Amino acid sequence: MSFAKTAWKNIRRSPYQALAAILIMTLTFLAISFFTFLLVGSSKVITYFESKPQVTAFFKNEAKQSDINALENQLHATGKVASIKFVSKNEALNIYREQNKNDPLLLDLVTADVLPASFEISTVQIEDMGSISNMLNKSSIVSDVIYQKDVVSTLSAWTSAIRKLGIALVVLLSLVSIFIMATIIGIKISQKKEDIEIMKLIGATNWYIRWPFLTEGVIYGIIGAIVGWAFATAGLLYASPFLESFLKGIPVLPASYLGLLALLGIEVVFAAFLGVISSFLAVLRYSK
Amino acid sequence: MIKLDKVSKKFGTGVFGLSDVSFSIDRGEFVFLVGPTGAGKTTIFRLLIRDILPSEGSVTVNDWDVVTLPKSKIPLLRKKIGFVFQDLKLLLDRTIFENIALPLEVVGVKTEEALKTVEDILAQVGLTEHKDKFPIQLSGGELQRTAIARALVLSPEILLADEPTGNLDAAMSWEIVKLLSDINKKGTTVVMATHNRDIVKSLGKRTIHIEKGKIVDDEKGSFSVKVKTDVDESEEQEKKDPGKHKEDKDDKVKLSEAKVASAGEEKKK
Repeated sequence: MSFAKTAWKNIRRSPYQALAAILIMTLTFLAISFFTFLLVGSSKVITYFESKPQVTAFFKNEAKQSDINALENQLHATGKVASIKFVSKNEALNIYREQNKNDPLLLDLVTADVLPASFEISTVQIEDMGSISNMLNKSSIVSDVIYQKDVVSTLSAWTSAIRKLGIALVVLLSLVSIFIMATIIGIKISQKKEDIEIMKLIGATNWYIRWPFLTEGVIYGIIGAIVGWAFATAGLLYASPFLESFLKGIPVLPASYLGLLALLGIEVVFAAFLGVISSFLAVLRYSK
Repeated sequence: MIKLDKVSKKFGTGVFGLSDVSFSIDRGEFVFLVGPTGAGKTTIFRLLIRDILPSEGSVTVNDWDVVTLPKSKIPLLRKKIGFVFQDLKLLLDRTIFENIALPLEVVGVKTEEALKTVEDILAQVGLTEHKDKFPIQLSGGELQRTAIARALVLSPEILLADEPTGNLDAAMSWEIVKLLSDINKKGTTVVMATHNRDIVKSLGKRTIHIEKGKIVDDEKGSFSVKVKTDVDESEEQEKKDPGKHKEDKDDKVKLSEAKVASAGEEKKK
């Protein structure tokens, strides 16, 4: 405990240096938390779309029920289709009303006639969506075909870009914080050079001298991680209502509290690691 | 206990701090190390705690070969030797109590135990009333006693005192010497470097006299016979090698027969 006490005394006696070290760590962990949220969120969105191998075919207004039935049989015959659900114009209107129930203006303008009837087709495998959609496109009664492949591949590209950017930024910030902390702790070691020399002359081991500095680095790291995480989490919770309405039914939010705590745990461990590395660098560099 | 065998120390500047020095000190002895500034007294002390290594020869402390001692064992060696530094080396941002407790803290002695040990030592050197003061608030003699207390707190087998009376008046010097003598009577080997001829003469202890890095005399209370060295000589040495023995630079003490009458030390800065 005496190491922690000495470390705490060192921090208290140079508050600006301590603040600088904690702030750079906060910035690093704010970025880490933010990008973690982004990556977890976007991967949830992708999983959602992937779990729904669905092709939607909208029928032309003139499509007859007999033609639609024929098409249904034709689709079943391929063996690639898991289920087909027919959504009539009235059902489509009901769905539309449900989605926009808070907006009476939108409800007034739309009638069943405006909305097309459709098939919601689930395929057994995602890869079959392409051939099914081709088949539907060729049909004379189908006006439009939508399937999720485009959405998934676009999202995947975005996610991978975000991941690369995030990793680059986190690595850069981690390096910056290591060097800034090493410099700050190095300054402190230089200031205490005489004390260190005296302690060595009366028999202090190298580790006796190093421990307070290592502890100091770990304290900076952990405080920075907690503050950075707290800011990012507060931001996420604050933005959750807007994001939820933006994502319209895709189950990304609310974030799980267990997940957030796990993130904090990982960040604290990583911060302690960064703290140890930086102070060790400083100790090796300055306490020769 | 302490043995130097054909020890030479050549400094980076090419000047010999010590050349071919051999002597041994038995357990429980009280030995004076005398000689003019730059003679090599502090160099001998620094060799004994492995602050520096000799260029040649062997140094043995307590059956430990100091020269080949692995680096990891140096703290152990230093814990066995109490050292009163010429410039005291007290930590200015710690109280007298904390300064004295520092070696115990370094060793990892439990707080209650350390408290008692430090209180005992404080009483022994008569500093109990000053224990919560900072070094800047104390007089030279009190600081000297603080440094001695810190050197004693781990009950070392050997106590090295480098000019412990250097900055003190006659009365205070005697008090310090009496303290060291008491410590010696309890069984601690004491080696004291000094210029103070009165003290050396009246105590009648073994005296090793060094000049220009060589032992010129090693006898009981023989200081007065041999000392002819004047400040001129050491000044000459300084001119040849201005960087040498920085620690002694400000402390050129005239040691001549004529000055014996003076109880303290005459300093020329």
